[in-house]
Amino acid sequence: MAQAAIELIGINKSFGAVRANRDINLEIARGTIHGIVGENGAGKSTLMSILYGFYQADSGEIRVGGQPASIKTPNDAIALGIGMVHQHFMLVDNFSVLENIILGAESDALLKRSIAKARSELERLEREYGLEVDPDAIVEELPVGLQQRVEILKALYRGAEILILDEPTGVLTPAEADHLFRILKQLKEQGKTVVLITHKLREIMAITDTVSVMRQGTMVATRETRKTTVEELAELMVGRRVLLRVEKGEAAAGGVKLAVKNLTVKDTRGVTMVDDISFDIRAGEIVGIAGVAGNGQSELLEAISGIRRAVSGSVMLDGKPIDLTGAADPGELRDRGLAHVPEDRHHVGLVLAFEENENSILGYHDDPRYLKGPFLNIDAIRDDAKDKIAKYDIRPADCRLKTANFSGGNQQKIVLAREMEQDPGVLIVGQPTRGVDVGAIEFIHKRLIAMRDQGKAVLVVSVELDEIRSLSDRILVMFAGRIVGERGPETTEGELGLLMAGVEHQGAAL
Amino acid sequence: MSTPYAKLPAWADYGLIPVINLFVAFVVAGFVVLLVGENPFRAAVILVEGAFGKGTGIAFTLFYATTFIFTGLSVAVAAHCGLFNIGTEGQAYIAGLGIAVVCLAFDSVLPWWLTFPLAIVASAVVGALWALIPAYLQAKRGSHIVITTIMFNFIAASIMVFLLVGPLKPAGSQAPQTRNFLAGAELPKLNWIIELFGAKIRSAPLNITFLLALIMAFLVWLLIWRTKLGYEMRTYGHSPKAARYAGISETRIIITAMMISGALAGMMALNPVMGDQHNVAIDFVSGAGFVGIAVALMGRLHPVGIVLAAILFGMLYQGGAELAFEMPAISRDMIVIIQGLVILFAGALEHMFRPYVQALFASFSPRSVGMEAVKGKGA
Repeated sequence: MAQAAIELIGINKSFGAVRANRDINLEIARGTIHGIVGENGAGKSTLMSILYGFYQADSGEIRVGGQPASIKTPNDAIALGIGMVHQHFMLVDNFSVLENIILGAESDALLKRSIAKARSELERLEREYGLEVDPDAIVEELPVGLQQRVEILKALYRGAEILILDEPTGVLTPAEADHLFRILKQLKEQGKTVVLITHKLREIMAITDTVSVMRQGTMVATRETRKTTVEELAELMVGRRVLLRVEKGEAAAGGVKLAVKNLTVKDTRGVTMVDDISFDIRAGEIVGIAGVAGNGQSELLEAISGIRRAVSGSVMLDGKPIDLTGAADPGELRDRGLAHVPEDRHHVGLVLAFEENENSILGYHDDPRYLKGPFLNIDAIRDDAKDKIAKYDIRPADCRLKTANFSGGNQQKIVLAREMEQDPGVLIVGQPTRGVDVGAIEFIHKRLIAMRDQGKAVLVVSVELDEIRSLSDRILVMFAGRIVGERGPETTEGELGLLMAGVEHQGAAL
Repeated sequence: MSTPYAKLPAWADYGLIPVINLFVAFVVAGFVVLLVGENPFRAAVILVEGAFGKGTGIAFTLFYATTFIFTGLSVAVAAHCGLFNIGTEGQAYIAGLGIAVVCLAFDSVLPWWLTFPLAIVASAVVGALWALIPAYLQAKRGSHIVITTIMFNFIAASIMVFLLVGPLKPAGSQAPQTRNFLAGAELPKLNWIIELFGAKIRSAPLNITFLLALIMAFLVWLLIWRTKLGYEMRTYGHSPKAARYAGISETRIIITAMMISGALAGMMALNPVMGDQHNVAIDFVSGAGFVGIAVALMGRLHPVGIVLAAILFGMLYQGGAELAFEMPAISRDMIVIIQGLVILFAGALEHMFRPYVQALFASFSPRSVGMEAVKGKGA
């Protein structure tokens, strides 16, 4: 095996009582792509933050290139040749690519000379690694995939030999992700070391040489990628066997529950986000909407659920129209049996500062079950919350705990429990498993299918193609505010990927 | 790992941290006293003795506290709904008008126990209406409530000056104030309660509105944490998007919260007007609305905290007056500096010491900060 680029020896890190990293040992070989997988909260990000100097380990040693290293700030990490590409890009949107790249690494007091120097260096890097980006383009005008390249170039410009990528494909189309992987392989061939943090096991299998699995703050295994399987990794991550693909029977679709006709929605800036969309959802089926984030899915969900006004078009719920003029009241829609699990559970679906039981009535706080006159019926609310906690296995089982203190998966279960237990006729769900760990994904998928089997109409919007394909009975693909295709669940990822990228498949029927 | 620090146990959150902040404020204030050449320890003794040493001092302290409880509650109710009501000052001032009308009309006809309820209603209604206009502008037009309520303070002040030097002034009087109320608009004193404990009181303005303030503190607690309306206000205060999602009308909740806030601010006027001066005079609020902001922040927006913080500020007012009297080097302005430091450390820098306290708690008693629940127990 090649010499180690990074060695982590006995790393411990606690936040209060939470031992985010316990006694981690990890060796990353030079010139390899090393994957790190684990559920949310397993400690991956903490470990990488320690390596990049955001946090200090409580104990343990870091060696870079065989030498003990003291990394106290990201600048120390950069000096040691460690670069990081964050999940959420750290770019100044209204700066050019070149300006972003020299930001914080200016070589001269005068900007002009720094930029001239950077330009030639950038051209060399672009040639060498196949990372073409127009240096003078303004970052906010670039597609997400190119913005990510700017991040990579930023790290390389600072002399990174070791590149850490945190969930790099979350925002990419399948084609963009493939391109990223080609770049990473090229970097590897040039002798760079790549550390890839992800929860997508297929990516791990596709491009890594070695993979390490973390669970509850510990490093549970390191495997050579070609000697392991997706099933083994999933089991290591969760600590038990997991069903990766939901089992479901044939859909028994009934009458139309929700009919969307010629719906057009604009965002606050007046840009058309949903452009003349029509579709139906029947009782007893799951319709999935696939698409790269930002193609109008969010606005579609908000319009249907009464949060955002529509410009034109109609939505019929059980044959009766929904008021889309802006006066639509989400509360009234709830009464009519339309439940909504919003994409953004942190700001919309939940109030994180509330106790769990307070969130379990959000939106249903008008229900006389929870009230005694103008007063809240605290006992009834808490008993009801306890029932849901038991039924949905929400942990910790404490209805008085602040919602912010639950993990992502459990927060999502709080929302799902609230919406599903109202026994709605139509359930619309945005990103059902975003930021949710593998074990909870399985649970949530089963619940959604159970809803379908009870004859509910379910609309699922997700940027995870796997999820769309395994849940949906019909798949609609959204691109630039329009539905560009309808497919069955057996459609290949490649074909859906092309549709998502706006490439019209030959002979595609609308 | 976005939230490495979780919450503190309630007693530390509501007790320990304010005490630390207060301590630091007094240490810094001590240096200021040292700078003008006085002994800070002696100054502290005079301050505390002035506020709590004698029966009269206690009565004055509680009289000031009464005022601050109302304004503190007013700021807190709006803050729970995510609104920063800086207009407490003006709402209280203009409410004096409502009280004046009731008192001038009925003080010769009705006994105090009938005038008082009418005046309560009048002060609350006028205060609420004065808050209604900025609330409406915020809800319907998006005019920022901070700006509009500040402007409304000036408008209220100007209106009151106009009325008190003109229409409301008795003919022939030189003072810009209404005529003195008769017995039917004078509230009974509460000094006898302090005298029960053996203290002697010469003359102090502590009156029955103190009890009203305590009742309001309880009602505010009930409203915020036990009613549907309070639930909706808190939802909107934490996340307007979540409120929209939950079907809570933005317009309705903003206007309701601001009117309740204005009503509480208005009731503040009862204390000086009916309890002490027995007239409505120019500038009778004298900054109590702004002190209410500090009281609300220091009390962590909780009625119990607000009552305690109000008593603290009452102590600073009363003890400060004694201090200025006893130590000539310490002028009235010095007292304002000390009050300012308390506001700075307890209000603006409220969270300065929090991370250290949290780290300390986490290392001693992890379970107390509720951290075992956060991570590592995947779904």
